[in-house]
Amino acid sequence: MAPYESDDATAAAQAEDAPSGRRKAARYAVPVAVVGVAAATIGLVPALADSGDPALPKITAQQLIDKIAKSDVQRLSGTVKVSTDLGLPNLGGLESTLASGAARGGDGSSADPKSHLTELVSGTHTLRVAADGPDRQKLSLLESGAEYSMIHDGKDVWGYDSKTNEVYHGTAAASAGRHRAAPPATPKDFADEALKAVDGTTSVTVDGTAQVAGRDAYKLLIKPKQSGTTVGAVSIAVDAKTGMPLKFTLTPRSGGAAVLDAGFTQVSFARPAASTFDFTPPKGAKVTEEKDRRAPQAGGEDFAKGLGGAHGPQGAHGPKVLGKGWTSIATFDTGAKGGVPSGSRGGQLGGFLGSLGDQVSGKFGKGTVFSTRLVNALITDDGKVYAGAVTKDALVKAADQGK
Amino acid sequence: MSRAEAPPAPAGRRPRALWTFGLLRSELVTTLRRWRTLALLGVLAAVPVLVGIAVKVETRGGSSSGPDGGGGPAFIAQITNNGLFLVFTALAATLPFFLPMAVGVVAGDAIAGEAGGGTLRYLLVAPAGRTRLLLTKYTTVMAFCLLATLVVAVSALAVGALLFPLGDLTTISGTRIGFADGLGRALLIALVVAASLVGVAALGLFVSTLTNSGIAAMATTVGLLITVQILDQIPQLHALRPYLFPHYWLSFADLMRDPVYWDDLVKNLGLQALYAAVFGSAAWARFTAKDISA
Repeated sequence: MAPYESDDATAAAQAEDAPSGRRKAARYAVPVAVVGVAAATIGLVPALADSGDPALPKITAQQLIDKIAKSDVQRLSGTVKVSTDLGLPNLGGLESTLASGAARGGDGSSADPKSHLTELVSGTHTLRVAADGPDRQKLSLLESGAEYSMIHDGKDVWGYDSKTNEVYHGTAAASAGRHRAAPPATPKDFADEALKAVDGTTSVTVDGTAQVAGRDAYKLLIKPKQSGTTVGAVSIAVDAKTGMPLKFTLTPRSGGAAVLDAGFTQVSFARPAASTFDFTPPKGAKVTEEKDRRAPQAGGEDFAKGLGGAHGPQGAHGPKVLGKGWTSIATFDTGAKGGVPSGSRGGQLGGFLGSLGDQVSGKFGKGTVFSTRLVNALITDDGKVYAGAVTKDALVKAADQGK
Repeated sequence: MSRAEAPPAPAGRRPRALWTFGLLRSELVTTLRRWRTLALLGVLAAVPVLVGIAVKVETRGGSSSGPDGGGGPAFIAQITNNGLFLVFTALAATLPFFLPMAVGVVAGDAIAGEAGGGTLRYLLVAPAGRTRLLLTKYTTVMAFCLLATLVVAVSALAVGALLFPLGDLTTISGTRIGFADGLGRALLIALVVAASLVGVAALGLFVSTLTNSGIAAMATTVGLLITVQILDQIPQLHALRPYLFPHYWLSFADLMRDPVYWDDLVKNLGLQALYAAVFGSAAWARFTAKDISA
């Protein structure tokens, strides 16, 4: 490294004592070069690793949809990254406090699946999934220094929150009707939902190929043709070999970053280790048993309700769906006259809530629209809620017709 | 400094190796004999004792679960069931501040302390060369990183074994592993934590070559540490945060997942290596070009 690494100390010392100004400055080139190389590596490696789109045989959109439908992946393990950007105001810790507070009020266990579902609504999360046949599945939500795991093993469904060392125990029979007790989190869950909405009003095309988690995949592009929806496009990367959706991206019509982006970063179709699904509550852990017949109803409905109806009280009547396809609007009556106290009424709180939404009026009367980048919700002053992945105008129109 | 210990050189590379070893040994002994170093290690050893006693007192009333709501450092809820978790909790509690502060004090003192004490020129009179002296100093600081981490881990293990039961443990993914496996993971975690401090050690050494005042170098290093920790908490800087050296520090907890989640661990080690290369070479550039007047 240096020329003075000699046992001849005097010579070395002299050489060091009088380095010329230029040589002094030249030494600083070393750290600068290290920074440069590191920056170049960080910048270039992803670009180089992106070795272009794989060449795969041509396939029609219908064939690809059939491929997804026929896909029967029983065994897999992998890591999924889910990013959600609804454009909600960032409430930071408040959000999780509210969420866990709500769950606590419910049945007092932080290991209840419902208390963790709401976490997925904003930000980026890493999940691990593992499955071995229909009876053994595991879904873990990776947190900093902790993990929340949902394990389905035969007739048992366990939820384990390592942060609080609490365990939630249910039985698969109690959650009958859905053999997966897990919230929708994998690209496949989202893709299934999106494909349900495919009808005459949708354009479905194969949009080339891509590499996802090191596997060759086809890209299926779903675009609603109807006006009035806020959904711009849905892109699903489908594994060419197994037909399993590997990545799901939902972009809003308004453009910008994806509202929802869920994709495998790593996936393997080998059988996961059997010990993955073994769970015995750790000594001293607080175990909460699932209440009878109260199935964890953690479906897309809850998800939507969590998004759209966060402000409204629980509906006195179940939600009714107006329209179909992409422009369908869920509506329910809160039963509470007054809706959101807007403007002058309701004092300071009303002013705060009102400032979050926009005042609209129409034939139905007056109301407040709360907007996110995907879901809009209209709460009328007579207590009705209209919500959907549609534009404000479509909500007002629906409210007018509902009058 | 016992320079005279170096044996007379027969020929070739061998004496140099011996020479370097002698230099390293004398550096290590000097560093570890300082009261300041011993006090730092004592404080570090006391942290697990405090945490252990606090958890024991808190749960004495029969409530077996940990603190409500999952607050506090990682793993704290599991300590009552398995004393081994005290090792992880103690490391999680000391890594953000105590450990890097101790390393910052030792690293900041490495060159500037000698310069301030007027001993640096005597070190350089010996036929060692500045590069080798710097490498020896850095090796000493890294040895201190490892020692400090092990002090915390061993103290935590001792306290954990005394106050709480030991045995098979549940990973944070919910699977069970044997005690021997758990102990192995604890050792691995201690090594990863020690490696996490390599970046701050290089930073401290660089700062140490900039000044002739040991106190100034220590204060600057610890000040930088605090500043970077604060920057790492600001969400608006999210583009910058992955390149701040403490950003992935707590990723050592990923070793307690089953299977182990390597992504962030690898990022952490890579980032530490980068900091070590950048600030190590900057320290070399500064130290070999600097006028030594004290």
